[in-house]
Amino acid sequence: MEIRMMLNGINRTAEVKPDTVLFDLLRDLGCASVKCGCETSACGLCTVLLDDRPVLSCSVLAVRADGKKIDTLEGLQEEAASFVGFIADQGAEQCGFCNPGFVMNTIALLRENPDPTDEEIRQYLAGNLCRCSGYEGQTRGIRAYLTAKKEGLV
Amino acid sequence: MLTIDKYLRPATLEEAYQAAQQKNSVVLGGMLWLRLGKKRVSTAIDLSDLGLDYITETDACWKIGAYTSLRALETHEGLNRMTNNGFRNAFGAIVGVQFRNLATAGGSIFGRYGFSDVLTLCLALDASVELHHAGVLSLEAFCDQGIRGDILKEIRIPKSPVRVSYQAQRNTATDFPVLNVCAVLRDDRIHITVGARPLRAVPLRFAVEPGADPEELASRLADTAAEETVFGSNTRASAQYRKHLCRVLVRRAVREVLSGKEEI
Repeated sequence: MEIRMMLNGINRTAEVKPDTVLFDLLRDLGCASVKCGCETSACGLCTVLLDDRPVLSCSVLAVRADGKKIDTLEGLQEEAASFVGFIADQGAEQCGFCNPGFVMNTIALLRENPDPTDEEIRQYLAGNLCRCSGYEGQTRGIRAYLTAKKEGLV
Repeated sequence: MLTIDKYLRPATLEEAYQAAQQKNSVVLGGMLWLRLGKKRVSTAIDLSDLGLDYITETDACWKIGAYTSLRALETHEGLNRMTNNGFRNAFGAIVGVQFRNLATAGGSIFGRYGFSDVLTLCLALDASVELHHAGVLSLEAFCDQGIRGDILKEIRIPKSPVRVSYQAQRNTATDFPVLNVCAVLRDDRIHITVGARPLRAVPLRFAVEPGADPEELASRLADTAAEETVFGSNTRASAQYRKHLCRVLVRRAVREVLSGKEEI
């Protein structure tokens, strides 16, 4: 089956099977930031934006992306760069494996709610599992970014 | 592993219904549960083109299209206003935002899952469902009958002043609930649903006598719900533990709907 989509701002066509999942297609198309963690829709590592909404690409059939807009971290480098340094400053990355999913979902959070409380940050990022950090570092990093933004430092 | 031989995106409900009559065909919801099983599907029926992603309001009810995401329900101002944030409280702990953007109301209801938060809330709210072939029936009747091979079009939530309390116990945040309870106070009646037993949610109905002492009533309904409900055991908890939890959660839920104050 042939599908057409706009991947990271570029129109693409791809040949997929009925049971190909979006995650596999994106990896085949060179989006190495999209990683496979649990494959059970639980960890958030494979998060991409589908028509601007964060979804788990391991659980979306590729055929359902036909006619849609898909963004991965490869296409959102500039937006991510505005805050990832603050997360790194908190030492929140540690092994770094979960980071692409966290960054993608943080982009979605900040687009939807540009000034979240700490509780809203925790709620929104609850679907991104990290086995190193205990999540406090990520929350502190996002808080530091928001504070710097309010003070006009970024 | 899920294997799909053919993918179909019907243009009409009737076309979807006819396809659903074929052996080993499956109507796709959010694909979150279906994908975890080992199954060979002859035809996967995707209802994406049927315009079933909507939340509309009539004088009598809210109509929720089967393809509406749980995230859309969780963040819907009107539904949350009517239920004092019942939808937000019930759905907010289901895995994560990315999951809830995919999970559909129809998939959650049609599956009648024994771990469902959606079923517990909707049963307590006296919801009904509209199926393409069988027509409109109460959600409770739908759950009892276990209709297969039909297409769920929409879920209807009656519009009336209610107070809702949703309580759930999870071993870890974002996991399936060990038990969930929803209490709804409507006029002089309290509807209580006990779900994730880990069997399908069951509704219980009680009258509220005028002048009843809230503390005494909460304890009495908690005892009755725990005694009248059947519980099961699985890796998350034993039936005995669930029975104990039921008493605690029902008491909290009833207190909350009677007092209007959140129980912690």
